[in-house]
Amino acid sequence: MKLLTLNFLTCAVKACKSSSASFPLHPKECELVSDTIAPNPKLIYNILPRVDWNALVVTASELGFPSLPPAAPTQEELEKDENMMSELHTLLLETSVSEGMLVCGNCGHEYRVKEGIANFLLPNHLV
Amino acid sequence: MEYMIRFTQVHETFRLAEIKALAVLEGIDLEVLSYSPSSPFCFVKLSSGDAAIRLVQRSILAKAIYEVWGNGSTFEDLHDNVRAISQHLWPLYKESSFKFTVDSFQGSRSTTEQRKLIEGFRFLGFEGPIKMKGAEQEFCISEEWQFDAAALGVHAPQSVHLGRFLGGSDREVIGKYDLKKRKYICTTSMDAELALITANITLAAPGKLFYDPFVGSGSFPVACAHFGALAFGSDIDGRSIRGRGKTNLLANFVQYKLTDNFGDSFVADLTNTPLRAARMFDGIVCDPPYGVREGLKVLGSRDPTKGKEPVFRDGKAHHMEEAYIPPKKPYGFLAMLDDILDFAALSLVDNGRLSFWMPTANDQDQEIHIPAHPCLQITSVCTQAFNRWSRRLITYKRIPDSEVVATTSREQRVKENGVNANDLNPFRKGYFQGFKAAFR
Repeated sequence: MKLLTLNFLTCAVKACKSSSASFPLHPKECELVSDTIAPNPKLIYNILPRVDWNALVVTASELGFPSLPPAAPTQEELEKDENMMSELHTLLLETSVSEGMLVCGNCGHEYRVKEGIANFLLPNHLV
Repeated sequence: MEYMIRFTQVHETFRLAEIKALAVLEGIDLEVLSYSPSSPFCFVKLSSGDAAIRLVQRSILAKAIYEVWGNGSTFEDLHDNVRAISQHLWPLYKESSFKFTVDSFQGSRSTTEQRKLIEGFRFLGFEGPIKMKGAEQEFCISEEWQFDAAALGVHAPQSVHLGRFLGGSDREVIGKYDLKKRKYICTTSMDAELALITANITLAAPGKLFYDPFVGSGSFPVACAHFGALAFGSDIDGRSIRGRGKTNLLANFVQYKLTDNFGDSFVADLTNTPLRAARMFDGIVCDPPYGVREGLKVLGSRDPTKGKEPVFRDGKAHHMEEAYIPPKKPYGFLAMLDDILDFAALSLVDNGRLSFWMPTANDQDQEIHIPAHPCLQITSVCTQAFNRWSRRLITYKRIPDSEVVATTSREQRVKENGVNANDLNPFRKGYFQGFKAAFR
């Protein structure tokens, strides 16, 4: 599961949605893999306003990536800064979680990721 | 300037919806001058030949677009009309290599007859060489015959047109995505042609994010990825995503070399979605389970009193075990449609589109009504008819919040807590009772 997708996901439990602790989900014992994907600046520009930057900063630091700037770069800044562009491309689109857990910071529920596919189905008592 | 779109004579109700969507996508001003469901020739007004080429280049239901050089009900009329309206164009192609083709809809012409028709246009005065392959200019004589003309003893077409070929469509990719040649499919995989049309109608394009909440084997994400979108999908049934060994959803993206456009796939239930409520998708496309071939289920137990506490076995939480399968209960199809609309209103960006397929009985008494949402405006309804039932492709546009008319809140459907799949799903009930008074 790509880090971009991780940025779109929160805890599936309805009671957790209102709590800020449920987002982002925290990776636990995660194995990361890296794919090669053709650079696509247009996609990055489109994605950027939809990414929750603070959550991305948290995820990047939890996974041991070099720290991101505290505020999201604007499209103009990215057009000038090739390094930042390729760093974001690698982080959002090329890096994915292949095995491990994603933990909700609010209820503590652990979602398993197996072969890159995360399972968000809930047991009956959490529905 | 007038142009002629040559459509295919299949999925008629989808044709204009697709072309209009492509006009929106390309930012082209399109005015339809004449269109009939029973004819493959559609006349439109566009600003330029370049716009015409862009309009049909990724269409699935159009074959080609032509610059109109003349129309008539007989060949004499046509010749006069060509002299009247396109004489100024003739000198432009005087020296070009060229060829003529004859396209007879619902009729046929022998090669001798074709030759005679073509020679009728000698007055255009082309002096360039005739090349059957790789000609610089291609002219097409299009005829429309009455249905079953030969049996009725009709010897002349109803209308004839002359056009200069401008550009072709993307129709040949249907063969590439043919389900018979696809690595991984399941019982409910969507036909390649219809999946590609759906992607066009939903405006899939490079740089956009698309999502299918009932992904199955990934027919829609593959189609959206073909047009350059980054495609995401989820399904409540993890088996359909994982597949067996190397034949899985991702294998289809590998087969078509679309892995750069593969977003992600995950296992989730739309009624308990893990996606955060934010406007992040440009398009949502899906074919929700109708409860006939695929059961329509959501998370939860049939018995509302059961399972309120986690189960522990030998001191271990049962639901944390690897082999644990969460219980699921049947759900109403109409309730699911409402959930899809609510989800789309929350997650689509402004002017983003939602397309979904829904079945309905052909009998008017048993028809299922198209659901509505104040934030979503219906842009098109296309129908694929079968014998006793049809399925419709319904497309909505997420209108900006400023345009949403504040109406009294939508009539809330009573959350059915039925246990029986038939009680929850009128279409399923009708289907299995042969659409005999199931609703009365």
